[in-house]
Amino acid sequence: MTPLEFALQLKGRFPEAFSEPVEFRGECTLKLADAERIAEICGFARKDMGFDYLVDISSVDNYGDDPRFTIVYHLYTHAQRCHLRIKTDVAEQKAELPTVIDVWRTADWHEREIYDMMGIRFRGHPDLRRILMWEGYPYFPLRKDFPLAGKSSDVPEVAFTNTTPMMGGPFVTIAGGKDSIAREPRVRIPESDSISMTGRVERREDIKDAHGKAFGPGPIEKKP
Amino acid sequence: MHTRAEIGYDSKIEGDIVHTRLDAAINWFRKYSMWPMPMGLACCAIELMAAGASRFDIARFGAEVMRFSPRQSDVMIVAGTVTYKMALAVRRIYDQMAEPKWVIAMGACASTGGMYRSYAVLQGVDRILPVDVYVAGCPPRPEALLDAFIKLQEKVSREPVQ
Repeated sequence: MTPLEFALQLKGRFPEAFSEPVEFRGECTLKLADAERIAEICGFARKDMGFDYLVDISSVDNYGDDPRFTIVYHLYTHAQRCHLRIKTDVAEQKAELPTVIDVWRTADWHEREIYDMMGIRFRGHPDLRRILMWEGYPYFPLRKDFPLAGKSSDVPEVAFTNTTPMMGGPFVTIAGGKDSIAREPRVRIPESDSISMTGRVERREDIKDAHGKAFGPGPIEKKP
Repeated sequence: MHTRAEIGYDSKIEGDIVHTRLDAAINWFRKYSMWPMPMGLACCAIELMAAGASRFDIARFGAEVMRFSPRQSDVMIVAGTVTYKMALAVRRIYDQMAEPKWVIAMGACASTGGMYRSYAVLQGVDRILPVDVYVAGCPPRPEALLDAFIKLQEKVSREPVQ
């Protein structure tokens, strides 16, 4: 059977729950309207359609839209060697949906990761703790309104976090070069790394020779 | 026979007696038998393993006994990226080590956070531990770690014994 046939079979069983299946490059996606039915529908997909493997659960933050979050379930059947994708939306105010841990036990850690990174709770999960960040961390770092540098936090007697400096240092790609090679950290002279203080960047001239072409580092500023 | 100043010993004159200071003797014992706590967290740990293997042979400096128990180790080698979550464990293991104890921050990540400028990574293990020697490199070669060990031995031999 093809992915589309599986999708139509699932939609045939729950006609009012799904929108029309979307096929793209041989992969089929179904959109579930009501996230509350996800456990029931996944149970049917496993028991009656043979989707014995939950590849992954992921989450999307559609920041600025309503509903804000999309949860994506990737299903696979070993017998038929076929993938199926189910998407469903969750509003920010609710940020909760039923767990599928009773259908596939592997959902345990997938759901914990989504809870940790996005702050979406899974009702009925037996052990909904953080999995990547430390217990007690107050933020959900994969949300779009969370800065890459992080936020400061301090839980006394447990742990702390600081905001990470995003400028300076030997590993940071810097703006200003004409191409990606000129912007790379390796074109800079390590010992003269003082971007934050002087605003000047010293570049290595030998990198340009190594390429032997016009696409070396950008204009080289020399110290006065 | 002329030996090093810290243990002045001349067998012709002194027989079986060695004159030294207590500090020098104790530090001499300590620095040639520093058992590492291998805190291997990322790719630096591979270089740490190489330093322990036959080609580089950290046993030449008396540090070949990698102890995976903090209660039996003297120097913690933090080799790799310290995330905030792992920082809790690193600090706890350090607290369990018996005094005197030392710390080597091996590589860019352990020293400064390295290329990981993100919410998840501790920007240098010196935010939670007192680091004695920093090793540059990403990852450092085993020679660099051995050099750090020699530097730490020099530091230990200068320390007053309380």
